[in-house]
Amino acid sequence: MLLDVSGIQAFYGASQALFGVDLAVAEGEAVALMGRNGMGKTTTIRAICNLNPPKSGAVKIAGVDTKGRRPHHVAKLGIGLVPEGRRCFPNLTVHENLVAAARSGPWTLERVNTLFPRLQERHAQMARSLSGGEQQMLAIGRALMTNPKLLILDEATEGLAPVIRQDIWKAIRQLKAEGLSILVVDKTLSELLPVADRCVILENGKSAWSGRPADLTTELQDRYLGV
Amino acid sequence: MLLTRENLVNLILALGLLAVPLAANALGQPFYITLATRVAILALAATGLNLALGVGGLVSFGHAAFFGIGGYAAGILAAHNFSGDPLFFGFSGTNQMWIIWIVAVAMAGLVGLVIGAISLRTSGVYFIMITLAFAQMVYYFAVSWPAYGGEDGLSILVRNQFPGVMTMVPLNYFLICYVILLLGIALFAVIRASRFGAALQAARQNEVRVATVGIQPYRIRLTAFVISAALTGLAGALFADLNRFVSPSMLSWHMSGELIVLIILGGTGRLFGPLAGAALYVAFEYALGGLTERWQFFLGLILLLVVLFARGGLLGVLAGKARHG
Repeated sequence: MLLDVSGIQAFYGASQALFGVDLAVAEGEAVALMGRNGMGKTTTIRAICNLNPPKSGAVKIAGVDTKGRRPHHVAKLGIGLVPEGRRCFPNLTVHENLVAAARSGPWTLERVNTLFPRLQERHAQMARSLSGGEQQMLAIGRALMTNPKLLILDEATEGLAPVIRQDIWKAIRQLKAEGLSILVVDKTLSELLPVADRCVILENGKSAWSGRPADLTTELQDRYLGV
Repeated sequence: MLLTRENLVNLILALGLLAVPLAANALGQPFYITLATRVAILALAATGLNLALGVGGLVSFGHAAFFGIGGYAAGILAAHNFSGDPLFFGFSGTNQMWIIWIVAVAMAGLVGLVIGAISLRTSGVYFIMITLAFAQMVYYFAVSWPAYGGEDGLSILVRNQFPGVMTMVPLNYFLICYVILLLGIALFAVIRASRFGAALQAARQNEVRVATVGIQPYRIRLTAFVISAALTGLAGALFADLNRFVSPSMLSWHMSGELIVLIILGGTGRLFGPLAGAALYVAFEYALGGLTERWQFFLGLILLLVVLFARGGLLGVLAGKARHG
């Protein structure tokens, strides 16, 4: 397994947010992490990256236990995080955002620019002056430039115009087709389910259901994802 | 390089600094050559600090330590060369500037490594205080070290030498300092534009975000801090040779504050901000200092105005807002 999360529990101060999350992503697999708001999706991602280290349970990346490792070490194990809210470095140019974190591997500046031609057009522009969709492309591009084994996308299309969402989903499908392992959190089931090989649903900080998208019946959707 | 407004302002500043001593030389006014040399050296010291403060966001209140260490490197090597007494470990002194510069850069960089390695574990006001504390330690060490003059300082009887140049001629010494300043500014530009520079700025903007892309902010900042210390140390060696005197005042916290003031006056993080700031500072010192002993009161007022109404400093006013913020 590329990513193996077993029974993690995490806290924000004294309040417990995760009560036992199990999750696995195999090489080349795309896994959808689902659940209603506040169920622990982002906390799980933060725990995987050791931004909010789990108090118990284990996270293994390519067999390596992340316990006690600093976030930059975890990233170097092969995690490329696209955090919620399009978090670029606003006062750096597009180009600088991309090269600042670059590590050698199949993903190069040229390849990122081919995936997102808009980034090439705006390479000298400050990241803060980009549109929301362009910033999201930049956040994905920046993660790819670190040549990750696993790309984690946290609400990558949230708050974007429909036409821009299409561009982002197209890119995600392309990355999946090229064999990149992806863990994706998103609310648009119509786009998410066709991409995912497997789904993991969280409820109240615990893994509640996991299976193939085809097995995620309307009833299950209503029970775990409906509002 | 594009001829942007900022590049034009930079060019004018660089040529202006060169023009003053050339004109002064033609008019037989060596005093102004010394003033211009002082500007060049202070600008180099502030360019070093600008790398840590302006690009890396590391508000070091202890850069006088590096400035003074560079100065003492020059003073001590020259003193041993003059007396003929061997230095530590059988090394002898020297009056060759380029050797002195190497020693100044190495010593300032080494002390910068130690101070940075400890200080960079803190941030914000603690970082400011711990860098100040280290600099004060170096200051009191110099004060209490009688072998090299203690509180009275150490004179360099004859200005050190540079192959093929009569360094005692004011214009020649200015040109040496000017070329080194331009090289220092070029180094700053190369670093800021590099991948390392991008990572340093990214770490300043958001430490957590930087960690999630696999960059360790500490290591990058430490590297920047050491380079910054080394540049300021080199300026210190030049300053000692300009005055032919080095004393603990080069190490005092006033000096650290002065370097920060230069950067704020000129424009934080700007390529030619330190030069603009140093020119402004020395001009005030000269013009107001001739009128009143309390000239620093007026400098304080001007600093207040800059901070309140012209945050980008002189370059911000002349060349528009900073690209990097």
